[in-house]
Amino acid sequence: MLTTRLYMLQRITALVMAPLVLGHLAVMIYAVQGGLDAAEILSRTQGSILWLVFYGSFVAAVSIHAAIGVRVVAFEVLGLNKRILPIVAWCVFLALMILGLRAVYAVTLSGAGL
Amino acid sequence: MIKPHRNHPLWFAFLLHRVSGVVLALFLPVHFYVLALALTDPAGLNGFLSLTENIWVKIAEFGLVFLLAAHMLGGLRLMALEWLPWSDRQKTFAVTAVAGAFAISCSFFLSAVQ
Amino acid sequence: MSQDLSVSVWRSETNAFQEFAVPAQKNQTILDVVSWIQANSDPTLSYRFACRVGMCGSCAMMVNGEPRWTCRTHVKKVLKSNNLEIGPLRNLPVVKDLATDMDPFFDKWVEAKGVFESTKTRHDDMEPIIPDAPERMAASAAIECINCAVCYAACDSVSGNAEYLGPAALNRAWSLVNDVRDGAYEERLEAASGAGGCHNCHSQGGCTAYCPNELNPSASIAGLKKETSRNWFGWGRS
Repeated sequence: MLTTRLYMLQRITALVMAPLVLGHLAVMIYAVQGGLDAAEILSRTQGSILWLVFYGSFVAAVSIHAAIGVRVVAFEVLGLNKRILPIVAWCVFLALMILGLRAVYAVTLSGAGL
Repeated sequence: MIKPHRNHPLWFAFLLHRVSGVVLALFLPVHFYVLALALTDPAGLNGFLSLTENIWVKIAEFGLVFLLAAHMLGGLRLMALEWLPWSDRQKTFAVTAVAGAFAISCSFFLSAVQ
Repeated sequence: MSQDLSVSVWRSETNAFQEFAVPAQKNQTILDVVSWIQANSDPTLSYRFACRVGMCGSCAMMVNGEPRWTCRTHVKKVLKSNNLEIGPLRNLPVVKDLATDMDPFFDKWVEAKGVFESTKTRHDDMEPIIPDAPERMAASAAIECINCAVCYAACDSVSGNAEYLGPAALNRAWSLVNDVRDGAYEERLEAASGAGGCHNCHSQGGCTAYCPNELNPSASIAGLKKETSRNWFGWGRS
């Protein structure tokens, strides 16, 4: 169940994410060569403002996008009550935002002494 | 079973978009949790990353990369459908999106197994 | 002689399909088959039709699981190993057997502001309409709808969201958005933006795939999405 506001948020976050997903896919294809190694990943990301901004905005956009998407599925497939939908969407948003930003902090800033 | 009225390419494009969206939304918290291990339990992160040496895990990763790429390319098709001048070639675009996602996920898989 | 057709018809009293054997003809529509059953096998069978020539939009049913205008659907086009399954349209309440209650469908036309709002009175001159002007062609593209509800039955966005206005009503709204004589642009975009509005469409394209008049409600709804988006950014017509 989407109103114009949710629809626009869904599309705008999607547009923001399109280049980020492409970048993420490229990084994955590059990083997976020779196996994944924590030290290798962290040496690339720790202390990097670029990766902080890249993955920080990715987490923010995906939290909004996924919350709206889950809201639609919860309504159309699970038949959830309309009054519960905003609560579901906010819970998904906050959970992804908190977990996501914590992960971004862990891989970019935690080792940088900040 | 697929009901007869659903048996056309653009409905399958919808199904792929919805299933990939739901799977990605379920995967994200796990993904974030594992990355945050860099902060709380670096040894645990390395232990988890070593799981990716397993061929079945690589195949699962291939599936996730495919779903991510398909969700992105399929989503771009939908936004083009909605916001650009109408084109009657939606089936071609949908198939192209799936083919593109397959190509991306295959290059990921080849990188992962080499 | 040709074999009888084996026809399963939905009966609301038993909530099940009932089998009928119907003589096959060389040229025969689904509506002919249903009418034959009602005339020869079971006079209590209820169904709806009027014009029999694809103009009135009253005879649509589910045929082998797909929505069809039955008066213009030839048996040989849809027959599957001599079997036919005929049911009432999806997404609408059943009155009896093959007849559905079309009220929700038509109520949504009103909700989508499908009524033309004239900007002129009887004292004004008539608006000159140039048939091949781009805005007139955009309005005309969506205009040949016969209200048969085939698109509505084909649409899973309707099944998932009872409030969703559906392809036909939104197609009508889009036609009027493009009509230069109409004066309700803002109200119509507002009507197309609510909880049941155009943004709930998942672009599955079932409406366009099944529209018997080969209209493209999918493109009309995309047009509404674009126009409401432009309006949201303040780039719409004012």
